[in-house]
Amino acid sequence: MEGYIFLIPLLPLIGFLINGLFGQKIGKWMITYIGCSSIGLAFLTSVLIVYHMLCLPVGERQFTQVLWHWITVGNLHIDLAFMLDPLSAVMILVVTGVSFVIHIYSKGYMAHDESYWRYYAYLNMFVFFMTVLILGANYVVMFVGWEGVGLASYLLIGFWYKENLIADAGKKAFIVNRVGDFGFLLGMFLIFVTFGSLSYTELFPKVLHMYEHGLLAMNSPVMIAICLLLFVGATGKSAQIPLYVWLPDAMAGPTPVSALIHAATMVTAGVYMVARTNILYTLAPTALLVMSLMSAATAFIAATIGVLQYDIKRVLAYSTVSQLGYMFIGVSVLAYSAGIFHLMSHAFFKACLFLCAGAVMHAMRGDLDMRDMGGLAKKMPITYVTMLFASLAISGIPPFSGFFSKDEVLGKAFMFPYYPVVGKIVWFIGLAAAGITAFYMFRLMFMTFHGEFRGTEEEARHVHEMPFSMTGPLMVLAFLSLVGGWVGIPEVMNSLFPFHVTNLFENFLDPVFEHSHEIVAGFVTIPHYSSTVEWILMSSSVAVGIGGICLAYYIYICHPDTLPQKLAHTFALHYKLIYNKYYIDEIYYHVVVLPFYFLSTFCWKVIDAFLIDGVGVNGQAWWVQRGSRAVGLVQNGYVQTYGAFMLLGLVMMLWFFIF
Amino acid sequence: MNAPLLTYITFLPLLGILLILFISQRSESGKDVIRSLALVTSIVVFLVSLRIYFAFDPNVAGFQLVEKHPWIPSYGIGYFMGIDGLSLWLVLLTTFLTPLTILSTWNAISDRVKEFQVLMLLLETAMIGAFVSLDLLLFYVFWELMLIPMYLIIGVWGGKQRIYAAIKFFLYTAVGSLLMLVCIVGLVYFHQRETGVLTFNLLELYGTHLSRIYEILFFAAFALAFAVKVPMFPVHTWLPDAHVQAPTAGSVILAGVLLKMGTYGFFRFAMPLFPEGSAFFSPLIITLAVIGIVYGAMVAMVQPDAKKLVAYSSISHLGYCMLGLYALTPRAVEGSILQMINHGISTGALFLLVGVVYEKRHTHEIKEFGGLARVMPVYAAIFFIITLSSIGFPTTNGFIGEFLILLGTFEVNKVAAIFAASGAILGALYMLWMYQRLFFGEVTNPKNKKLHDLTLREVVYLVPLVVMVFWIGLYPNFFLNKMHRSVDHFISQVKVSAPLSPTAVMERHASIHKTPLYMSVAEE
Repeated sequence: MEGYIFLIPLLPLIGFLINGLFGQKIGKWMITYIGCSSIGLAFLTSVLIVYHMLCLPVGERQFTQVLWHWITVGNLHIDLAFMLDPLSAVMILVVTGVSFVIHIYSKGYMAHDESYWRYYAYLNMFVFFMTVLILGANYVVMFVGWEGVGLASYLLIGFWYKENLIADAGKKAFIVNRVGDFGFLLGMFLIFVTFGSLSYTELFPKVLHMYEHGLLAMNSPVMIAICLLLFVGATGKSAQIPLYVWLPDAMAGPTPVSALIHAATMVTAGVYMVARTNILYTLAPTALLVMSLMSAATAFIAATIGVLQYDIKRVLAYSTVSQLGYMFIGVSVLAYSAGIFHLMSHAFFKACLFLCAGAVMHAMRGDLDMRDMGGLAKKMPITYVTMLFASLAISGIPPFSGFFSKDEVLGKAFMFPYYPVVGKIVWFIGLAAAGITAFYMFRLMFMTFHGEFRGTEEEARHVHEMPFSMTGPLMVLAFLSLVGGWVGIPEVMNSLFPFHVTNLFENFLDPVFEHSHEIVAGFVTIPHYSSTVEWILMSSSVAVGIGGICLAYYIYICHPDTLPQKLAHTFALHYKLIYNKYYIDEIYYHVVVLPFYFLSTFCWKVIDAFLIDGVGVNGQAWWVQRGSRAVGLVQNGYVQTYGAFMLLGLVMMLWFFIF
Repeated sequence: MNAPLLTYITFLPLLGILLILFISQRSESGKDVIRSLALVTSIVVFLVSLRIYFAFDPNVAGFQLVEKHPWIPSYGIGYFMGIDGLSLWLVLLTTFLTPLTILSTWNAISDRVKEFQVLMLLLETAMIGAFVSLDLLLFYVFWELMLIPMYLIIGVWGGKQRIYAAIKFFLYTAVGSLLMLVCIVGLVYFHQRETGVLTFNLLELYGTHLSRIYEILFFAAFALAFAVKVPMFPVHTWLPDAHVQAPTAGSVILAGVLLKMGTYGFFRFAMPLFPEGSAFFSPLIITLAVIGIVYGAMVAMVQPDAKKLVAYSSISHLGYCMLGLYALTPRAVEGSILQMINHGISTGALFLLVGVVYEKRHTHEIKEFGGLARVMPVYAAIFFIITLSSIGFPTTNGFIGEFLILLGTFEVNKVAAIFAASGAILGALYMLWMYQRLFFGEVTNPKNKKLHDLTLREVVYLVPLVVMVFWIGLYPNFFLNKMHRSVDHFISQVKVSAPLSPTAVMERHASIHKTPLYMSVAEE
């Protein structure tokens, strides 16, 4: 079966090439057919291969396929190779599956766009690069996908490029990602220089071997450097502090794109990369410390910004940043499978939320301001119910998927083996952010779907439920938001069920992370907490979630007209600060962008044009001209001049001989 | 010995010139005949040059396809040609770019067509000759011969300030070259004093022992001549002027091939002839290369003129090549060679692309355009692919070159690699910004509303470049395989005193002992 892995990226690539080259000529129906079926077939292939993998014993669940030797120089051997193991299996299923659903949804959403073919071509291209990112068997192939999804994201954010603001958003995303990629690239170099290989199957065993034989110390500076450099890459791609600023702007793209790229799949690439590199991270506790604190800060700060946004997509964008923070908390407290688990459930519920937002936007004729909405539940019941499912999931209400994954992340943070105290802090911040999450999600729900409609008459008449090609995907994703978490039911809940449950998800991923677990177990004693503690942790996160929802209910249902204004008035300063997103964009603009622009202009106008060219090059010519004119005086043909020179010479000679 | 392939390739363009001289350019049809003759000649040269790819044995470290005849025996000057893993690709690059360039001049050059095509073919001869010469004087002849056609191309067919640009170009280059000539003579003199043999044969001169001070002096003179050509910061200011004033074809050849003369000169002459001098200046050159990368990119960013922007981006890209050469690790040097080819392809293509709209609108000002993606979609798509290649996007050629250079540099000099890697961010910044201003937004300028998309002729000369972009990006081993031996040999020549890493020693050992050096020379 491993011989067919290449089909997973190849199919979307073919779709991209057909739609990209001939899309203008083949008609909408054909474009849709090619665009969706290529992804559908890729999903099917993934399912078959993963099924095949499941049939194998646990120890043999890893396939690699080498396509060709890509770059070979000296002892650098980089193959264009793919690898499928349980980790990439989970990712590939989530990515191709969610992509397929969103491709179908796009048919209705983009139906009236004049560049329909371009849209599907880009979307297929995205899936191609995303699958390359996931399946790549070494860091360089991963980097191909890594930059490739950035490119697809650039093209899709700037899809409606006629507006300069939109094109700007695309460019911003690409450049900020490039800053992150700079870190990724250096991390790769450092890995190669230190270990001599970039291929997973060579690198990780080698690192383990070196660690076991004492050639590599725990927390050695080079490991910390590698891990932090790679994390810089992750902060770019996965929109973490300090490089998250591109993601909210990325909402300028079509909404299905926001759902697919900027929520469900691409932005989680950083989490995947860290999980993939888990052995290195496990050996660099200091890097994990930094990461856990930064991601907790991201989760919290982004959630607070989400509270005051009125643009429905921006709320979701900040929510994505915040949820990505949770995933990073997971992987940075050594709970790699918990991070991936949250990645998966987030893919379901956030894709669902975005697609619902897209439906609302469609109904509102492109208006995204929640202040113009209200009471949509009656007119769009399916959208309402599906979005409610997803909101309950993100708020961590059992038995929705988000509950299981978020709870596992927070629980594992509480038990962070390397830094128990920091773990508790991270847990607490995460818990607070969970409450805020529930609050802003239900603020969104209440403002959009409940109360009275606040838009114009015309809009009111236009509001309608979407066709089945759009609601179908919503229902699929809502269903997954409900049941998606059931594969990872914690063992402590065993008593609730009449039959024995195990954490299937964690067990499935175990072969990828077992070495990390061994390293941790060998290095520190893993703190053991009784099931009572686990129950308390669990119920506290549920309580916080319900609290957030109740608060939103109190403010936006009971007192929608008075309380928000009153609160804004009371906390004017905080309100202003948060409403303006802590002025981060403005700070970047004035501290980084403008000075850099002036410095560049200085280099051009002053160093290049004035110093080198003016003083240096043309200046020399000037001196040569003047100099030759002066020397020319010696031979100007006037007897008087010659006489004067003779006299001068005579005087000098006299001077010389006499004194 | 087989047919003298290198001589054929070098002088075939002259045959074309001979034919062209008989055609009158009074009538339009005469002009077309001249153009066609030039095109056919350059295509024939390209097809013949493909044979050197097949004739080249990747397992030989020394020079191949060697041709050696006495020329001025009393002074030890010979007609001595041969290629290694670098000149192989540079010759192919030259013969590949020339027909595309000639095709691009079909409508752009309508004045003095005959003179122009003659100069283009003469230039091709000079460039190929310079790449294959292994006799210092022969090289010098070709090296100076290149100047004349390029000087005239800029000065006659250029833009408004063409005279200033042409003279600047000429003086800049000539000053460096004359110093180099003096040092060539000096080197030959010292070699004769040491061995009693008077020769300009490069391979024999390689081993000359010079006192430290002469190594440094001679290297400095050679390096200056080549650094101007590269061009390295701070002797780069002729380049933007020359590019902006030159006609499209001139810019393409200038960027695509002539700049490589500089890096080629370092690789072939300056560094292996004077390893100690090279080591002495190495910190300075690495610093200047890194400055060039970052500085070139920054200045490129704020250019209002598209052609000037591309010109400054060349400075940045050639900075990578120099950095790679001076890192002296197999990866960096091979990356550097690949980057030379890449730059020829990507920047050549960028100049061709800018030329396409220049032909229609007679301006390169970025702000004159905007929204072109709607008017010229095919043009926009090709421009985008080349943009990606220029910013080093993976799967394109630019990535492989930059990746190898940065990785190879990182192995020996982390600081330089880190600064150089930041150039990749800036590259994306200025290229995407330019792309946005040219192609996105609404069509604001009414003059752009009626622009038509690429013609078949334009597609024909752009598509080969696009193919090369992906070919190198996806299967670089095709190109790298023919470089390994030559590069290992180069490193062993240049690296004098610095301790080697064990892997490099092993790699080098393997490479040297499998094959004797200068095998093909020894056969004679």
